[in-house]
Amino acid sequence: MDTFIQLTVDALTLGSIYALIALGYTLVYGVLKLLNFAHGDVFMVGSFIGFGVLQLLGGTSNPSVPIWLLLVLVTLAAMAGCAVLGVVIERFAYRPLRDAPRIAPLISALGVSFFLANSMQLLFGAEPRNYDTFSLSNGALYLKGLDIGNVRVSLLRIITISSAFVLMIVLWFLVNRTRTGKAMRATSFDREAAAMMGIDIDRVIVFTFVLGSALAGAAGVLFALRVPTTVSIGFIAGLKGFTAAVIGGIGSIQGAMAGGLILGFAESYTQGYISTKWSDLVVFSILIAFMIFRPQGLLGRAEIRKV
Amino acid sequence: MSANGTTAAPILRLSGINTYYGQIHILQDVNIEVGAGELVSLLGGNASGKSTTLKTILGIVKPRTGTVEFAGDEVTDKRTSYRIGQGMAIVPENRRLFGPMSVLENLEMGAYLNKDGKARTEDFDRVYELFPLLHERRAQLAGTLSGGEQQMVAMGRALMSRPRLLLMDEPSMGLAPILVERSFEIIKQVHDAGVAMLVVEQNANMALSIADRGYVLSTGRIVLEGKAADLLQNEDLRKAYLGR
Repeated sequence: MDTFIQLTVDALTLGSIYALIALGYTLVYGVLKLLNFAHGDVFMVGSFIGFGVLQLLGGTSNPSVPIWLLLVLVTLAAMAGCAVLGVVIERFAYRPLRDAPRIAPLISALGVSFFLANSMQLLFGAEPRNYDTFSLSNGALYLKGLDIGNVRVSLLRIITISSAFVLMIVLWFLVNRTRTGKAMRATSFDREAAAMMGIDIDRVIVFTFVLGSALAGAAGVLFALRVPTTVSIGFIAGLKGFTAAVIGGIGSIQGAMAGGLILGFAESYTQGYISTKWSDLVVFSILIAFMIFRPQGLLGRAEIRKV
Repeated sequence: MSANGTTAAPILRLSGINTYYGQIHILQDVNIEVGAGELVSLLGGNASGKSTTLKTILGIVKPRTGTVEFAGDEVTDKRTSYRIGQGMAIVPENRRLFGPMSVLENLEMGAYLNKDGKARTEDFDRVYELFPLLHERRAQLAGTLSGGEQQMVAMGRALMSRPRLLLMDEPSMGLAPILVERSFEIIKQVHDAGVAMLVVEQNANMALSIADRGYVLSTGRIVLEGKAADLLQNEDLRKAYLGR
């Protein structure tokens, strides 16, 4: 039972990070019908921006602000930096190809992905960067927490899971309750009809990149709070986020959240009950199973071809 | 153009429009005017260029040569959102509702550029008065409505922006005959309220019966134009309408 609780908490931690990444994929796919393969690298850049701001504020040994404020500032900086990065990527890599065949922006996305990973390596080297949240908090983030039975859920996990869920609730609110969010949903469903309503499609697309990239930035920080980050994590993070988005039904926001959590649970339980070596096998088997039996994903809608 | 009864300052004027898709010449020297408060029908069969004409008016397609003027303002190079902001609205072919969004949200999208809260409340009241059913169904997803109900949402959505010119793309398409009649009654009602309209139709008799004037488009050219009453009598109409 204790193992189960521990694994479930692990699953929620991992799953909520995957969900944040998947949301960026799904939002962009919704409005542009583009698989933004550079998204994982935006996540990576987010984790580095967070690291940079952490150093600027005194580093782990000598932080100049209280730790809670430090974490908030680091996260916000990563979100803002990634939002700007997302807008720049859209402007220069995707917008010129808006009317090109769908394969062209896809290749452009792969190019941006390589560009980001390699230029980050050139600038900052390949060695891992550790936020070292243990020293930062004198162990409090790991040792303090909530007891469920005999299992202590660390403060760090509670922070990770709750931040991710708060961000998802904020996103839900933005998309469902604000004017621009509704315009985004309308654009996802039928871009031309949305333009006929006077919706400025370019603005909606920029807004979408801001949202998706900011979530990736936050996910990058939440990830790097626990595990040292490197310039090469973008690929696997992007792959997992993409898998989560596809399992949930690409284009569907609730689907991306569900897909992320499914992935988190699958990975965590496989690692705990079977073997750590098997977790990727299980995850991608789920993807293949979905591709065969339910290609539109859990909550996606089957593409209807108009005649 | 005074011969066909157009008033002095038309709300919409297309002059010498030539539109291409790649190498294909779609619209060939098209001239169309809609006077303020006028109801004009644009008739034509499949692939006659009706939809391209509407897209050119809205700025979704840019003409290679020619000008589009709206309310005395040249808008040829302006974006769609600008034109909508100036008072154009459209009920698109097949309605094109936002299926996964509620009726209320669809209407909100119609009023997207109208940010004034009070005016917006009035617009909702006006549209709900015209279509009481929409108020009843406001929380329902638009994609789950019947064809006739969807037509009402599409009309209501277009009216939310208080258009000065309402474009209608094949309002009779895909509707049962009884609903077509109802649809044209509503068009007439909206027109009587002073809104200029350009109604694109294949159903020539129905469209001309409510119109002031009409144009007949065939393979990208205007082949016939005149008062609706005259066009209804015209022997050539049938021929031109069928596209030779």
